[in-house]
Amino acid sequence: MRYFLDFEKPIAELESKIEELRQMSEAEGLNIADEVSKLTEKADRQLRATYAKLTAWQKTQVARHPERPKAKDFIRALITDWTPLAGDRAFANDAAVLSGMGRFRGRPVMVLGTEKGSDTETRVAHNFGMARPEGYRKARRLLELAGRFGLPVLTFVDTSGAFPGIDAEARGQAEAIARSIEACLMAPVPIVATIIGEGGSGGAIALAAGDSVLMMEHSIYALISPEGCAAILWKDGTFAATAAEALKITAEDLKRLKLIDAVVPEPLGGAHRDPATAIAAVGDAVQAALTPLLALDVAALHARRREKYLEMGREAIA
Amino acid sequence: MTWLTEYVRPKIRTLLGRREVPDNLWVQCPACQQMLYHTELAKNLKVCTHCGHHLRPLAEERLDWTFDNGEYTRIELPKVPADPLRFRDTKRYIDRLRDAREKTGLDDAIVVAHGTIGGQKAVVAAMAFEFIGGSMGAAVGEGFVAAARLAILQQAGFVCYTASGGARMMEGAVSLMQLPRTIIALDMVKAAGLPYIAVLTDPTTGGISASFAMLGDIHIAEPNAEIGFAGARVIEQTVREKLPEGFQRSEYLLEHGVIDMVVPRPQMAETLARVLSLLRRAELSQAA
Repeated sequence: MRYFLDFEKPIAELESKIEELRQMSEAEGLNIADEVSKLTEKADRQLRATYAKLTAWQKTQVARHPERPKAKDFIRALITDWTPLAGDRAFANDAAVLSGMGRFRGRPVMVLGTEKGSDTETRVAHNFGMARPEGYRKARRLLELAGRFGLPVLTFVDTSGAFPGIDAEARGQAEAIARSIEACLMAPVPIVATIIGEGGSGGAIALAAGDSVLMMEHSIYALISPEGCAAILWKDGTFAATAAEALKITAEDLKRLKLIDAVVPEPLGGAHRDPATAIAAVGDAVQAALTPLLALDVAALHARRREKYLEMGREAIA
Repeated sequence: MTWLTEYVRPKIRTLLGRREVPDNLWVQCPACQQMLYHTELAKNLKVCTHCGHHLRPLAEERLDWTFDNGEYTRIELPKVPADPLRFRDTKRYIDRLRDAREKTGLDDAIVVAHGTIGGQKAVVAAMAFEFIGGSMGAAVGEGFVAAARLAILQQAGFVCYTASGGARMMEGAVSLMQLPRTIIALDMVKAAGLPYIAVLTDPTTGGISASFAMLGDIHIAEPNAEIGFAGARVIEQTVREKLPEGFQRSEYLLEHGVIDMVVPRPQMAETLARVLSLLRRAELSQAA
């Protein structure tokens, strides 16, 4: 059974009707191909129309869709010779951050990703994609390792944010995030970051301060969750949809603000409807982003990165 | 003289610096509720004479108390596009900005000045909590970058007083991008071999703590300042546990190895002077 979001109800109804008809035709040997194809066409139109004009709040729900491909799906599909690496060498291995080496289209790379998990068991195991300081410190360690061996770094970001916990604060969550951002910015190798679902604030940028930052079409990237923003500024969490709109969190918004480099289109109806196609498109976009960066020497890479971030946001949008 | 003329237009803004004299000459300490005579409180650097509570000062007062003889030159902050998102909640952001500017006489939530501390050249950036909670948007980020560049240009030590609830929500992802921007600026200071001292004051949370506040060569905190990444209420709701005594306070951070020292405000200037003098690299001290 597919999981449908609230605003997908009309599509869900059509699709279940089609399914019903199919089963009926099989069971009773009726020929209702015409009816089915008409309905299929209608469902398709409906899907197209709905997804052509998703609001920021609807995109937030698609970005958080339980069936949306997760970081580990990207790694499985895009990375060969996958060699997981663990631990910050000081405290623990944080399972919220996937980490390791492998080959991307033949080239050795370092890979970091925030993993939300895809069922209750894995969600708990990965702490719902919310990393603790040891996760960001592991990232920093591996960014440095990548730098020493000239491995480009690919990151896949999908997190509601850094874990807000007593233990995380006691171990210096803020410092760990700041150092991870710094490690991205200082890395002598190219970094291509992709926001694949939710790019939640500091916990996201800790792994996303890259040379090229991509966002999937229905991903979001935000300073604060729409719910959190609504609770603070509107003093009412039910204003989340309004806050989502105001915060400008969609891929399109961030591209227009020149805060990211490219938007990767998703299959009709979102990545969860066709994960393989969605992931392949990300692979192509990462390759396209990485290739020109590989031609730069360290000095040029650093100069470019410095320029990119210092200029960011200096220009107003119309 | 490209960026210098652009950024560093020294202007001692005494005309604008109309410090507010409280209507009421008595101020109540928010910690011990004692009534304090306002001139006495000012003389004690806004530290309660009864309980030692550090009241939140204005950003300009930080400069007065830090530089030798209270003498310094303020620099004008670079202009940035205001209201990049055209944000509106229950009020338009552009109106909030205008109100904050009128109320504080500041352009945004940071002031930057240069002068000497203990006879050594220093650039000080002080965040203004009185300006929309000291929140960081493009203007604060740009001010911090300008301060870092000024420190490099003057081969001066760099001190930042942090006082902020975090990134400014009304500038959304533009605010978030100030984390990498300010960190790049800091790396330029560090590459120039200059010391950067973060003085963490109440409060230092969210995006500020996850960027330049926690990347100091030395971390100094004022007593009992709230310092942390996530808000205490969010943590309480997430873990459904009572927070430990003194959680996210300076002394807790000292105990957990996050900061180097807790220094009461009256000793801050001399501490900064000592730390800066110890961190002068040999060839620089000889040249100086």
